[in-house]
Amino acid sequence: MTESPKVSGSLRNRLAVTLIGGASLLAVLLFLVVRTYAAQIAQQGQDSILGASVTSILDAAVLRDDQVEIDFPYAAFSMLTTPAHDRVFYAIYRDAELLSGYADLPLPKGSDSGERRYQSAEFIGKPIRISTASRTLLGADVKTRITVSVAQTQDALSDRLNAISRNIASFGIGFFVLVVLLSFWATSSTIAPLNRLATSVTRRGPQDLSPVIKPVPTEMLPLVASLNRLMARLNQSLTQSEDFIAEAAHRVRTPLATVRSHAETTLQRVDKEQNRQALRAMIRAIDESSRAAGQLLDHAMITFRADQLEYQQLDLVELVQKLVLRLSPVAEMKDIDLRFLGDQPVLCQGDPILLQNAIRNLIDNALKYSPSESAIDIWVTSQPQPQVEIRDQGPGFPIDEISDLAQRFSRGNNAAGTIGSGLGLTIAQDVAIAHGGKLALSNHTGGGACVIFSL
Amino acid sequence: MKFLLVEDNPDLAKAVCDRMHLDGHTIDHAENISDAIGFSETGDYDLILLDIMLPDGDGRSFLKRHRDQKRDTPVIVLTARSQVSDRISMLDLGADDYVTKPFDHEELQARCRAVLRRKAGTAQSVLQIKDVSFNPVAGVVTVCGKTINLRNRELRLLELLFNAPGQIFPKQKLVDRLFSYEEDVSENAVEVYIARLRKHLEGSALKITTHRGLGYRLDHD
Repeated sequence: MTESPKVSGSLRNRLAVTLIGGASLLAVLLFLVVRTYAAQIAQQGQDSILGASVTSILDAAVLRDDQVEIDFPYAAFSMLTTPAHDRVFYAIYRDAELLSGYADLPLPKGSDSGERRYQSAEFIGKPIRISTASRTLLGADVKTRITVSVAQTQDALSDRLNAISRNIASFGIGFFVLVVLLSFWATSSTIAPLNRLATSVTRRGPQDLSPVIKPVPTEMLPLVASLNRLMARLNQSLTQSEDFIAEAAHRVRTPLATVRSHAETTLQRVDKEQNRQALRAMIRAIDESSRAAGQLLDHAMITFRADQLEYQQLDLVELVQKLVLRLSPVAEMKDIDLRFLGDQPVLCQGDPILLQNAIRNLIDNALKYSPSESAIDIWVTSQPQPQVEIRDQGPGFPIDEISDLAQRFSRGNNAAGTIGSGLGLTIAQDVAIAHGGKLALSNHTGGGACVIFSL
Repeated sequence: MKFLLVEDNPDLAKAVCDRMHLDGHTIDHAENISDAIGFSETGDYDLILLDIMLPDGDGRSFLKRHRDQKRDTPVIVLTARSQVSDRISMLDLGADDYVTKPFDHEELQARCRAVLRRKAGTAQSVLQIKDVSFNPVAGVVTVCGKTINLRNRELRLLELLFNAPGQIFPKQKLVDRLFSYEEDVSENAVEVYIARLRKHLEGSALKITTHRGLGYRLDHD
């Protein structure tokens, strides 16, 4: 049996993870960039209004009789009105002295260059944005510096930012979903040719070793090319082995046939008992070696085929009937009755060549060990599983060796004087096991051997 | 019977021909497919014995041609191949039977008879001596107009004696012809069959006589 290869990851998962991971990273990045940018723009808007407010207050400040007078322009605060009803704070300093407003409103740090300055801070527990600017007022003999700070809470700003964020987020999620779907489609369409190749290779019969000719993507070309080379090599070695076995059989059997025929003919012509015995011994030796050679080659072939059975639907009754018909001339010569029982078709899955060989070996065995003018009964039944039962009226199996008989080259100790290589039962057992069945040997009570070959 | 043997190995061909002649059959020998085609189209054969591996091609192509031309002379294939490796069955190609080399001549004869028996309608020779007639192919024996049933070995024994009435057959030779070489049988085993035959032939003009130390002979009044 073949070992299933070790799995290291999955191409489909790897591809999908890469695509989906990239997509999610992109979606998050997009969200962050757009949101930051939106926040910056919104902040700039608020800053410019705050700055305008500060400037308009500063512009309204005048120095009169050494007193600072500020007439708050209406617009200075009305321009800060927002739909979220943000609160507005202010503070006006003359030099370091608070003239009006909230004394604890944070002032910007650092040098005062007269430019507008902006900062974010926290005031009465709320985030605020402060704009500060200053201006020098010149009186008759006085020079004083007015600093104005205007601050606003950021409720409207954050409302707007949240709305924008929601939009970007749904856009990002949509993008992500789209990419996930696309990546599933992309992975399966990328993997599909691989799957098709695997299916077409798997579906082949064991004898089909022709190269894969269906078009494949460029990236798979090296794989398919080496697969084709491997199959060509396998095909070649299979053919070589089969040819070798056929050739070996031919080379061994033809000269044996010549010797046997000559020996038989000579036996008809010589009278001297000594010579006749020698010739008979010769014929027996030839039969023994040819049977052994045949069974060895058959056994090699079966071992070789058992890994890749050529399963097909077949009728066991028909198969055995043909065998019985074929073997009946041999049985007749010994006046043995080959009785076949079974008329209902027994359908099963199997390799007909192997099954034929196995059952033939079993019937051959029965013929060999049966006395003249006896009978061999052969049943084919479908219950409990498709099986062939062969009963003869010979000496039966030696009871203490019954479990070892199917071992290679093992023969019963009562087999002396009968020609055999000891491979017949092994072949039958190997075939049964290759088909998921078994071979059961027993002696039946009336005497004689009983063999059950089941699938 | 008249056979055509198609076999490229001259030694084996000679051995088979010798043996067939010994049994009183006529046999022609073709060494390759083209000769075989010539012989089979001109001669009138009862049976063709065909080797598979031939110098000018595969014997199966001869078989196919033979069947395509609707010739019905039975063909028995002599194969040296392994049963398992022969993926295309000879029988599917129109062979009537096959024997695997090396083959037992008695088995080959038995198969020839079985094949000829199946081919009903072929002219079958019936041997007749006095009031006993014998059809060796069909295995039918008629004694005084009455058909009797013989077992296979009895038939073969009768055939041997019938083919050469008046000739003495030593026991040992009869044993060789009736029993396979696998079987360990004594010469006495043949006596059983002689006794049975005598019983079957009772009342006819034929009788089997024992010649002490020599063997048996078929005589008639």
